[in-house]
Amino acid sequence: MLEIKNLHVKLEEEDKQILKGVNLSVEAGKVHAIMGPNGSGKSTLSYVLSGRDGYEVTEGSATLEGTDLLELEPEERAAAGLFLAFQYPVEIPGVGNMTFLRTAVNAQRKARGQDEMSAADFLKEVRARAKDLKIDAEMLKRPVNVGFSGGEKKRNEILQMAMLEPRMCILDETDSGLDVDAMKLVSDGVNALRSEGRGFLVITHYQRLLDHIQPDVVHIMANGQIIKTGGPELALEVEKNGYADILNEVA
Amino acid sequence: MAVPDRRLSETDARLEGLRMPEGGWAAPARQDALARVQAMGLPQRRDEYWKFTRPDTLAQVEPPKAGLFHSDEAPMYDGIDRLRIVFVDGVFDAAQSDDLALEGVSIERLAEVGARDIHWAKDLYGTLEARGQVPVARPFAALNTAFAEDGVLIHVTGRPSRPINLVYMHQSESSDAILHNVIKVDAGAEATILESGPAAARFNKCTEVDIADTGRLHMVRSQGRDHERRAVTHIFARLGAESVFKAFTLTMNGVLTRNECVVELTGDDAVAHVAGACVGDGDFHHDDTVFVTHDAVNCESRQVFKKVLNNGATGVFQGKILVKAGAQKTDGYQISQSLLLDGDSQFLAKPELEIYADDVACSHGSTSGAIDEDALFYLRSRGVPEGPATDLLTLAFLGEALDEIENRDLAEHLLERLNNWLARRR
Repeated sequence: MLEIKNLHVKLEEEDKQILKGVNLSVEAGKVHAIMGPNGSGKSTLSYVLSGRDGYEVTEGSATLEGTDLLELEPEERAAAGLFLAFQYPVEIPGVGNMTFLRTAVNAQRKARGQDEMSAADFLKEVRARAKDLKIDAEMLKRPVNVGFSGGEKKRNEILQMAMLEPRMCILDETDSGLDVDAMKLVSDGVNALRSEGRGFLVITHYQRLLDHIQPDVVHIMANGQIIKTGGPELALEVEKNGYADILNEVA
Repeated sequence: MAVPDRRLSETDARLEGLRMPEGGWAAPARQDALARVQAMGLPQRRDEYWKFTRPDTLAQVEPPKAGLFHSDEAPMYDGIDRLRIVFVDGVFDAAQSDDLALEGVSIERLAEVGARDIHWAKDLYGTLEARGQVPVARPFAALNTAFAEDGVLIHVTGRPSRPINLVYMHQSESSDAILHNVIKVDAGAEATILESGPAAARFNKCTEVDIADTGRLHMVRSQGRDHERRAVTHIFARLGAESVFKAFTLTMNGVLTRNECVVELTGDDAVAHVAGACVGDGDFHHDDTVFVTHDAVNCESRQVFKKVLNNGATGVFQGKILVKAGAQKTDGYQISQSLLLDGDSQFLAKPELEIYADDVACSHGSTSGAIDEDALFYLRSRGVPEGPATDLLTLAFLGEALDEIENRDLAEHLLERLNNWLARRR
């Protein structure tokens, strides 16, 4: 589903190479996790895939079901089925959460040549999805993420994911800023979306999230490359011994 | 002294081309106003109060031509039940106007009743304008009082069931219209005045508003989309105790607009909100000049102005809150913000506070900024293309000003117009 080959990325404004040949393949129906120390390039990978400005791809490729992602605008990537759950969801004063969701859903439908969702159908759908995530009517009315707690912001990300039904979901440190209960709620939301046709890439520092969202494959990233790949036991190893052993082992 | 000479000769030239309506109750006020404008002279480019806006095309004898704007959009305020009073290039159009009868209000035309000897408007016509000439001269308003041929005199005695819509249509490329309105709101009375349309190639409008204790007046205006039109407008409002005055202005397009609003809070516990939203693309200069005087206890005033500027458009805000000695417990607020959609556009702001009382809360702020890149990326990453995403953020920016409109139906109507304006520009 998601194929990343030899991806090299540098910062646009300075001569700093962040990704130095990332190879990764996420199959439909699978959950891959990327772990790694600070500054290893995990978040950069998620930004480059979603099309954020400020990065320059110097080598390599990234495709989603054969479509070259790197050629597309961010909104085209979204329409192609890519979704990034932000580490720091953005606050948008003056834009109601509901308006935002509806605009996004209909923009994607339009891009795919589908009819817009009727207001009634949309409302019904949002209410059902929001209920599962314990998002109340008040939160739906408020401006996007404004005044939301850390947990509310992350639940709001998962609500967007549920409404947009992407093929490929990237979760960038979705566990940061969450207490135990919120982590459970968010994980349940993600697990409910796991399906045959959908791939997940879960970026995290800690094994804890992976207790809730159990990965099929775990990758360790360091210094802009994936240095080790294994099963869920690899995450446990990191939890126990830290990254130092793996880094030494590879070096 | 070359400068004063020039000011006088230019002023004389302008006044010479105008005809003062004769006789009637307004005659003394017109003569006084003529003397005022002759003494002040029309604004010159070097005047401090006109530092950011060139007055020459507003002052010159003939207005520059303004092409007509054709739109297939429904008329402004379409779908809102309202009484329409139509002026075409400053001339009353009876055929297009409704019958000027509405319970709770008396509506007359200045041109029709001006020749009478006695009229309720006699105490107000030119009076509030004259009060507003201190401490800053507003010569175009005095010129208006002296030479306005028509306008409406509205006396609100009750609570009319629907708003009164003054429709200013523009059909001549070289029209030069001067209209003067007087609105008097009695104690306990309440009304909504809607205004719409570009009015003329050049429009000089003056509105005097007198609100008695506990009276309430809402004004919502939209200035018409003709790209080449010019306007200099004044509102002079005097508020009694526990009265409420709320004025909102929407401006889309127009090569030059100067809107002055002078508010005097003279009775305790009065509330005045003056707000505006404007969007300009290209050859667009929009100036909001506001002067609020607190001269009573426990009054509240708000000024909220938002400007979206693109392709070299210019926005100006000069806003002042003057709190006189004794005007304790004043709550004064002022914010002016611009959203600059490109590097060529500019926003010039001069916020001022002048306070002579010691127990007051006054704040002011002014900001200029571009579209928030993080918010834009967030929207795009959810599938909203750049154009609509920018529009959504632009409307969100203007929303805070539109929130000042008390009637939500009207606010939604204006928002819809703005949305269409933005969509057409993509």
